[in-house]
Amino acid sequence: MIPEIGQFALILALFVALAQATVPLIGAAQGRADWMALARTAAAVQFLLVAVAFGCLMQAYIVSDFSVANVAQNSHTLKPLLYRISGVWGNHEGSMVLWVSILALFGLAVAAFGGNLPPTLRARVLAIQGLIGAAFLAFILFTSNPFVRLDPAPLEGQGLNPILQDPGLAFHPPFLYLGYVGFSMAFSFAVAALIEGRVDPAWARWVRPWTLAAWCALTVGIALGSWWAYYELGWGGWWFWDPVENASFIPWLVGTALLHSAIVVEKRDALKSWTVLLAILAFATSLLGTFLVRSGVLTSVHAFASDPERGVFILGLLVVVIGGSLVLYAIRAPELKGGGLFAPISREGALVLNNLLLTTGAAVVLLGTLYPLILDALGGGKVSVGAPFFDATFVPLMTPVLAACVIGAMLSWKRSDLGGVLGRLRLAWIAAVVLVGVTASVMGVSHVLAGFGMGFAAWLVVGSAVELAERVALFRAPAGVSLRRAAGLPRAAWGMVIAHGALGIFVAGVTASSAWRVEKIQLMRPGDRVAVASYTLRFEGVEQVRGPNYLGQRGRFTVTRGGEPVAVLTPEKRRYPAERSDTTEAAIRTTVGGDLYVVLGDAGENGAWSTRIYFNPLVAWIWAGAMLMAAGGVVSLTDRRYRVGAPRRAAARPGVAAADAPGA
Amino acid sequence: MTRKQRRMSFVVLGLATLGVAAALVLTALEDSIVFFYSPTDLVTKQVPADKRLRIGGLVQAGSVKRDPDGVTVRFSVTDTANTVSVAYRGVLPDLFREGQGIVAEGRMAAGGQFRADEVLAKHDEKYMPPEVAESLKKAGVWKGTQAGGAKQK
Repeated sequence: MIPEIGQFALILALFVALAQATVPLIGAAQGRADWMALARTAAAVQFLLVAVAFGCLMQAYIVSDFSVANVAQNSHTLKPLLYRISGVWGNHEGSMVLWVSILALFGLAVAAFGGNLPPTLRARVLAIQGLIGAAFLAFILFTSNPFVRLDPAPLEGQGLNPILQDPGLAFHPPFLYLGYVGFSMAFSFAVAALIEGRVDPAWARWVRPWTLAAWCALTVGIALGSWWAYYELGWGGWWFWDPVENASFIPWLVGTALLHSAIVVEKRDALKSWTVLLAILAFATSLLGTFLVRSGVLTSVHAFASDPERGVFILGLLVVVIGGSLVLYAIRAPELKGGGLFAPISREGALVLNNLLLTTGAAVVLLGTLYPLILDALGGGKVSVGAPFFDATFVPLMTPVLAACVIGAMLSWKRSDLGGVLGRLRLAWIAAVVLVGVTASVMGVSHVLAGFGMGFAAWLVVGSAVELAERVALFRAPAGVSLRRAAGLPRAAWGMVIAHGALGIFVAGVTASSAWRVEKIQLMRPGDRVAVASYTLRFEGVEQVRGPNYLGQRGRFTVTRGGEPVAVLTPEKRRYPAERSDTTEAAIRTTVGGDLYVVLGDAGENGAWSTRIYFNPLVAWIWAGAMLMAAGGVVSLTDRRYRVGAPRRAAARPGVAAADAPGA
Repeated sequence: MTRKQRRMSFVVLGLATLGVAAALVLTALEDSIVFFYSPTDLVTKQVPADKRLRIGGLVQAGSVKRDPDGVTVRFSVTDTANTVSVAYRGVLPDLFREGQGIVAEGRMAAGGQFRADEVLAKHDEKYMPPEVAESLKKAGVWKGTQAGGAKQK
């Protein structure tokens, strides 16, 4: 009975979404207030219905209702409750229900908090949201219905792939989708603005918090996914340039560009049409990512069942959404006249450079991801494009971004003096040069490239600190004054400093873990020792273990450093009988300096085991940096200028808004 | 600077970025993409020496042997028409089994042996790498039973 309620709720939601997509749009065009007002009600009702459907599906998973085909294929009674819940989105159908749930949630948020939006803009934004919702609800109902029944119902489910039974991965898809779907807000605002033919600083002030929230969620989602891949796959790596990873990284790059260009629209009333284009592209690449993952056109460790029907549906959706919005853009964008002029050496100029490089970087990653597909379609043979390609193209493109990031933040608007800024940043220069020198002398001249990586990390961290110190007049004014200034500093400025400094931490982690990683593979008998980095590991043997839904073999390694015991590491190999599959559980000892990473391989003769041991220097800094970057975004989000109601005053007095903008 | 000159400076900057990106991409495509060969391709086509490539097929039953060092594994990969022997030093993936479809990346060594530094077996025992499925189809031994069973994340 309950699955039928869910199914019925989804069908109703489709009709509500269709009404939400059409009526307010006509209302806005003809100036009918009552038709426009329908948008808010419809958004609320749509959310309610989708939430009911999501709840019904979750209920089926929690009570293990195997008469629902989706549950039978992806769940098992022996599975812990957390993974029965996360199993809801661990499969194609359920993840699409999560997708529309989050979409409807964002729609509800606009309806609830959008009281300060001009009524026509609000009606149009909600209508575009309704349109996207209708498309995805139709997709679910026609190609991926999660509520299909099985008769007779099996007694036991087929289980969830054990490598997905993991807390990191349980929350990875929801965050990723919050990011993907969050960009639909920027998209809806962009399309609505194109229909209205008006983009102004107030518009940017509405768009920015949504984009920022989506970007934070996407950052966390990607970081969680990469962390999961690191500790669960047992390969010791954290990023594989896998198509599915790239599919989430491309929208992140475009979203980052959008975040920065929206600042220029808000503060300087310039780069309008470019920002609108980025908003369209951010969502378009999110959809493209969904298509690549869902259609199975690309081989990947993540690929769900490949179903041509689904692929064709999403491809059609992609063509309509991207094609339609770009046509609208082509017609309307020339009407968006730019405002503030600026010299090439200015903060605007630096942000343009940031945008150019980030979007070019996104295009290069996209090209590398699609190249095997294109070449195969042209009959050029099967190829794979892996890390070497991206290292050779993406990394050089991002290097100037790192260099410019610190300088750009200190340039003033309109026109600026590069020499003066570089002078004020001498502390960062010195730190960077010292680190390059130290790395080259300690590690040898052959490591000079990695030395530059570390130099850039120091440049970013120290440069951000210098920027902060300047703003609060640290050491130049009495401590009390500095403290007061720090308290009075806009949250957005704090957010920027934190995020840019975090980027430096991230760069240090990436550089050190890829340049100075130690890998040892050997056959070990109980009692054997192996030295890795500064540690010595003694293999004690292997014992049998039994978990709630698996059987395993657990190796024991005692770790010493300079004769002192520091840890006991217990990597495992597990066999999940219900799913009939094996997993490797690496044992990891994380310290600030680096991770000791031990994997149990295969059993040999006489109790010997092949073992793989890594030392990954500074690898934890990668995720610490990414999380801190997202935290910077959250801090910026709390800035009172972006709080609900803040744009109201600006909107009520458009003349004041324009005059106020440059100084804001 | 006039408005026009300013705009030109950004256009030039944009074109320069695109130019650099295009140059990087073209060089990288020349050097760092990896082609896929089936065991039959290795026999019938010219395989460039000392270039990284991927091979794929089924692990031949009874062919998996370990060297005395315990960490070097030797096995044969077949598309049933032809076979290539592979040497790999390292820990095999969880789903590596005889009869299973795998993809290996590495270089051809002297004597027609393939020296792999990476072996991929996907995380599902029903899964067949598409390249392997295709090469089996070409060899005429594809049964089609594995199709559609590829369900994983």
